[in-house]
Amino acid sequence: MNRLFPAPLLSLALFVLWLVLNLSVSPGNLLLGAALGILAPVLMAPLRPQHAHIRRPLVIARLIGRVGLDVILSNLQVARGVLRASSHPPRSAFVHIPLSLRDAHGLAALSMITTVVPGTVWSELAVDRSILLLHVFDLDDEAAFIEHFKHTYERPLMEIFE
Amino acid sequence: MTGLLANAILASLFIFIIAMALALVRVFRGPSAQDRVLALDYLYILAMLMMLVLGIRYASDTYFEGAMLIALFGFVGSFALAKFLLRGEVIE
Amino acid sequence: MIQTVELPFWLELATAVLLLTGSLFALVGAIGLVRLKDYFQRMHPPALASTIGAWCVSLASILYFSGLKQGPVLHAWLIPILLSITVPVTTLLLARAALFRKRMSGEQVPDEVSSGGDRGN
Repeated sequence: MNRLFPAPLLSLALFVLWLVLNLSVSPGNLLLGAALGILAPVLMAPLRPQHAHIRRPLVIARLIGRVGLDVILSNLQVARGVLRASSHPPRSAFVHIPLSLRDAHGLAALSMITTVVPGTVWSELAVDRSILLLHVFDLDDEAAFIEHFKHTYERPLMEIFE
Repeated sequence: MTGLLANAILASLFIFIIAMALALVRVFRGPSAQDRVLALDYLYILAMLMMLVLGIRYASDTYFEGAMLIALFGFVGSFALAKFLLRGEVIE
Repeated sequence: MIQTVELPFWLELATAVLLLTGSLFALVGAIGLVRLKDYFQRMHPPALASTIGAWCVSLASILYFSGLKQGPVLHAWLIPILLSITVPVTTLLLARAALFRKRMSGEQVPDEVSSGGDRGN
């Protein structure tokens, strides 16, 4: 089982991806999709340095919903900030955030989240993964922002990956 | 297709073209190399979205493949340019 | 343009509204790219097109083709998924390149967050 499916979630994702791209569930496509889903992770396994342990699907679902909502809100905020940039210049700033998340996959997920949300850009991570340098488009209160960031994004990721 | 959707498609294509023109302004004005790469990155995303809109306009699936290709090539291009900037050999 | 079925009005309206919303967000992003003063501020507006702009246009495409083919045609959602994987990579790399280059030319940016070397992430 483990040798055939080193990454069952990845296999499933590739299989679904193939079917959606081809827009059909004909036997031929099912077979090709299954071959892709089984072969690709097996061939890729030697390239993956470490396995991710993903747990707590409920937390994942809640985090995805939360990020989707934040993306929309942040879009509206950035759009507003852009449109009135001449009268109210946005208070952009770099923020140093102390991180307790250490897992590489969790950090990758965190960097995706911060970059996808328009109001923040992940800029730099310390070598020992203890401090994150983040650029924020319109910063109101630094301490509150850090608290909010750690609570909404970092804690669920720690629950999922650690 | 009634007039409503056809007009909305034309209007959104027009808006996308204005956005592309503005991004081009940033490509030419710079001032730094990373500004130009950022604007080029934006241009390819806009081009990809325009392909999707054109797909709706001509009711054809083929444009989706085009959009997918633009997304992949644009990503590789911006990635290579950004990586080049990071090597530190092209300090202005 | 081959039209096989007549779309219901609400579907056309939803598609039209989504397309206009997406393109307007993309336009705001471009305006931000031109108007904002600082490079790191300018890194934020492009995310408007790659998130909500792409979501709106893909959703419009899904709605329109599903209506046209009288069944779910979902492949357009691959575009937002692809973008949400690729855009962070380029944005992150551009942010690091900008920090590096600005430090080299002595501009006012935060120091490297810890001493020594490249981070391996």
